[in-house]
Amino acid sequence: MTQSDIPSAYVRDKRTPPPSREELRARIPGWGADLDPADRPSYPRLQYPSDTGAHWDFPERQPGGEGREHSIEHAFVTPVFGTAQPLSGLSGAIRRLAYARFSEGRLAHWVLLVVGDRVDAWEHHLRSFASGRPDVPATGLRTEFTRGGVRSRRGRSDVRHQLLDPVVVLGPWVAGVGGAVLGVRRLVRAVRG
Amino acid sequence: MRAMVYRGPYKVRVEDKDIPAIEHPNDAIVRVTLAAICGSDLHLYHGLMPDTRIGHTFGHEFIGVVERVGPSVQNLQVGDRVMVPFNIFCGSCWFCARGLYSNCHNVNPNATAVGGIYGYSHTTGGYDGGQSQYVRVPCADVGPAKIPDWMHDEDAVVLTDAAATGYFGAQLGEIAEGDTVVVLGAGPVGLVAAQSSWLMGAGRVIVVDHLQERLEKARTMAHAETIDYDEYDDVVVEMKKQTDYLGADVVIEAVGAEADGNFLQQVTGTKLKVQGGSPVALNWAIDGVRKGGTVSVVGAYGPIPNAVKFGDAMNKGLTLRMNQTPVKRQWPRMFEHVRNGHLTPREVVTHRFPLEDIAEAYHVFSSKLDGCIKPLIVPDAA
Repeated sequence: MTQSDIPSAYVRDKRTPPPSREELRARIPGWGADLDPADRPSYPRLQYPSDTGAHWDFPERQPGGEGREHSIEHAFVTPVFGTAQPLSGLSGAIRRLAYARFSEGRLAHWVLLVVGDRVDAWEHHLRSFASGRPDVPATGLRTEFTRGGVRSRRGRSDVRHQLLDPVVVLGPWVAGVGGAVLGVRRLVRAVRG
Repeated sequence: MRAMVYRGPYKVRVEDKDIPAIEHPNDAIVRVTLAAICGSDLHLYHGLMPDTRIGHTFGHEFIGVVERVGPSVQNLQVGDRVMVPFNIFCGSCWFCARGLYSNCHNVNPNATAVGGIYGYSHTTGGYDGGQSQYVRVPCADVGPAKIPDWMHDEDAVVLTDAAATGYFGAQLGEIAEGDTVVVLGAGPVGLVAAQSSWLMGAGRVIVVDHLQERLEKARTMAHAETIDYDEYDDVVVEMKKQTDYLGADVVIEAVGAEADGNFLQQVTGTKLKVQGGSPVALNWAIDGVRKGGTVSVVGAYGPIPNAVKFGDAMNKGLTLRMNQTPVKRQWPRMFEHVRNGHLTPREVVTHRFPLEDIAEAYHVFSSKLDGCIKPLIVPDAA
């Protein structure tokens, strides 16, 4: 390797200077329009006071916040909040424990919420089996045939881990059905004495 | 009304739900005319985001028409066509008062680390989202903006998150004239981040992905060089070679928690879920940027810890900048860029699905079938 072959990282300046402004402007629509940081909307990061359209110092409190779960890192239930899917059932109890006992800084908070999610899913799956619209392990699969499932994946490296998706998706269902069968069998044996 | 409903990991469907009500004096009810599925919705769809409840309606990218307003709403009227930022924000807390709308402290009781987001689990406040016929829009005097007459609806809906996030990501990179910028991910956010990097004076923009249709889009839409990481045993080495062993001055991480490119990270992060997703792109960013450089992170991650190479970031003296995008702060300047043709958000749109086909839309987008880059959802498509 000669002196001139030594890469930029090992010498004072980049070996190849960037293209000129004229060249870039000719090639790229709008090149340099926000060159001055002052033209960039998030510069500087903090802009006080920010004109937001709020005509309150503190938002009026939304009714119904009593008893709603909230992070214990908050002083109270925030004045505005979502009301979708309130806590219910066993999953609700697990989630309420996560919020009431552990801050966001504790892994237990998040692990309990994930456990609550899985319990919630199975509560609803079981309920769905008694309805006219039972849940299935995965949805939208017909597009594998109508939208080129094989063609679209040809040569892609992510196919390796996508092969695990059926296991990830079906595994809990197989385990659930197996567990249910074993449970029923034991119950029947117990009843028969 | 009809609405997308989450039924558990890999399962969504459309159900009848009640039309949302005014629950706070500054609420509006918006009839959704166009929505989108975001790459971050896939984190919910795959069960990666804690406290995603069954029955939740996703969707934080939507536009529509104001159907009803609460008694304290002053800035909107019934019939207004509005674009709604994905952030729900009060406009008056310590953070909003300083422009950090995505970090609002008054709208998300469930967590302090993240603000309010439509249709993005109870970890972001428990609000149903816009992949439905109607949606509740809190703080209506603060969030939504009327859609300019000249703006295309598909530009407007992409500006509610993906495009604004790409533009914001380039800003976080603190790009200086002549910088070499590497954008990881050629999804909608990465494509707009690449376009935006030029606006801020980049001398070279390189986009890394492995999906051919996306790399092609990066070349045509964003005038970028591309690297297909499937072609290399170690893409970080290629990034170093292409930057004369310096590394990029700026790396923009526009992938997030389900990055491909490392089998072990994928399996532990997204299949076994023993970490909060797969931080491959974040580690590539740390490895691929030059010492003293800047990593901008706009890919979405959940609150569960990830296996990130923080020691290398420290030893290299990196500046790490990141946030959820304060969308409305981006809009006035972005509107100029869209009108001038410098940014072309709707170019990322590849698919349009009726709301009734939401399950198909999610599977196509999740599995990257049929060249899907950005799917839109049309609630009233008959």
